[in-house]
Amino acid sequence: MIRGAILALLLLGFGALRLPIESALTEQHRNAYFHQAKLSLGLREEIGQLSFLAALSGFRSLVADFIFIQAHVAWERTQWHRVLLLFREATTLQPRSLMLWDMAAWHMAWNASVAALNDHSQPNAALRRKAQRDYFALGKDFLVRGIKNNPDRSQLYESLARLYREKYQDHAAAASYFARAASFPGAPEYDHRFAAYELSYVPGREREAYAALRALYDQGPREHLPTLIKRLKFLEEKLDIPLHQRIPDPQM
Amino acid sequence: MSDVRHRSFSLARIAALTGNTFTGLVRLKVFYFLLLFALLLIGSSSFMAELTFQQEFQILKDVSLGAMSIFTSLLAIVAAAQLIPRDLEERTIYTILAKPVPRYEYLVGKLAGVLLLLALSLAAMSALFLALLFVREQVLVNQTMRASAGLPPAQLQEAIRNLKASAFNANLLPGIALIYLKAALLASLTLFVSTFATSNIFTIVVMVFVYFIGHLQATARTYWLESHGGGWLAHAFLGLVALVFPDLQLFNLVDDIVAGTAIPFHLFAPTAVLGCVYTSVYLFFAWVAFYGREL
Repeated sequence: MIRGAILALLLLGFGALRLPIESALTEQHRNAYFHQAKLSLGLREEIGQLSFLAALSGFRSLVADFIFIQAHVAWERTQWHRVLLLFREATTLQPRSLMLWDMAAWHMAWNASVAALNDHSQPNAALRRKAQRDYFALGKDFLVRGIKNNPDRSQLYESLARLYREKYQDHAAAASYFARAASFPGAPEYDHRFAAYELSYVPGREREAYAALRALYDQGPREHLPTLIKRLKFLEEKLDIPLHQRIPDPQM
Repeated sequence: MSDVRHRSFSLARIAALTGNTFTGLVRLKVFYFLLLFALLLIGSSSFMAELTFQQEFQILKDVSLGAMSIFTSLLAIVAAAQLIPRDLEERTIYTILAKPVPRYEYLVGKLAGVLLLLALSLAAMSALFLALLFVREQVLVNQTMRASAGLPPAQLQEAIRNLKASAFNANLLPGIALIYLKAALLASLTLFVSTFATSNIFTIVVMVFVYFIGHLQATARTYWLESHGGGWLAHAFLGLVALVFPDLQLFNLVDDIVAGTAIPFHLFAPTAVLGCVYTSVYLFFAWVAFYGREL
């Protein structure tokens, strides 16, 4: 009896010692982007009691993969609403997986949007176009939320830049996101170029684009790529750059 | 007359107990679960043929590390739960403790036997997992090289670099180490519970609850410390959960490591130290409970 009481006191005393250490370490983990998933009661209703319990018990990533596989099957069957819901669940469970955010955005903005535009069960073309724009927005929403959860990595900035470039033809936003992606250490070299290319399409920012493209060109033959030369030539004409400052014509 | 003095602490005695415990556990054919692990890996990798390489590697790593985590945790609980009851049933505990073997040495030796078993099991699973990862990586590299013939070398190198980066990641190793530390903590806690439990079924059931509650402890702790509403009863209950159960989520970093989050040493080291401290403290509690127990 006495030993039981001593043990209970020891256990509680150890607990009191542990708490501040555990809280501080959890905070450190969160600052390093661990344990970012927010598992709410709403998610429990969506993924079911068993999956929710598994997610809470240290198998969050496995449950997310299982849901991703379901989403993959739904995509093969072109069940776009199901794809959307399943990717929302998977990204909530595993917000640090860039692949999930990227894949979700791609399905929405590229696949589902095209399917909506070509959906002839809807005879009204205006409504089909609206549905297409809605899917663009859903794709963008995935990438914006993905960036919020992964501000320390470049890939989703690049994906968002592509979405702005290809789906919205918003070159200013595309240039801005390519530039953000390029600012990360280890980001692909082409992000710098793409940022400058996009800027060259933005009315009123030609001089800025010219400076960026010229700086790249001056880095040496490695950067003398056909698109870069084409955009520089276009800007030289548009900005009326003096002949002696222009780059040489590419050799035929 | 031999005048060899009896020492109050002997590594040789602990090593003998460790070896004996390990042999006893191996004879229970616990390694059969490795076969299950291998089947799980091979089954999941063959299913993933139609996915992209990023998807394939992510799922392969999630399945493997998830299986490693559950298998080592289960093994830790089941192996540690039956140590004292089995010794009592076979009466070997009386033979051991009738000799000048202190009870703490008995417990240390028993726990060390389980930890050795866990280390070997996890090493075998890690080897299987890394071998499969390597094989899949090589297959995909060869496929990519064949499919990309004619591409500029810089683009091909970039593609292969991306592929390799998706496969093996050095951060997986600290992740696996934390799986081991969580299992060690669970083994120590199980040993503690088994010192006052009436049967090993009771110990296993209690430990399954501890496992689940331990993963929710962080949530309970946050709510308790931040004093959300819910009345004093709920508040007291949350406090009790936070004080009694260890936070197992702290050792659960592999989910995010697989997703590409890097674990810096300054974060891994305190987490690992915490795991070692918890294991030692629960072993000490086991000794306190076992010290005066009538056998």
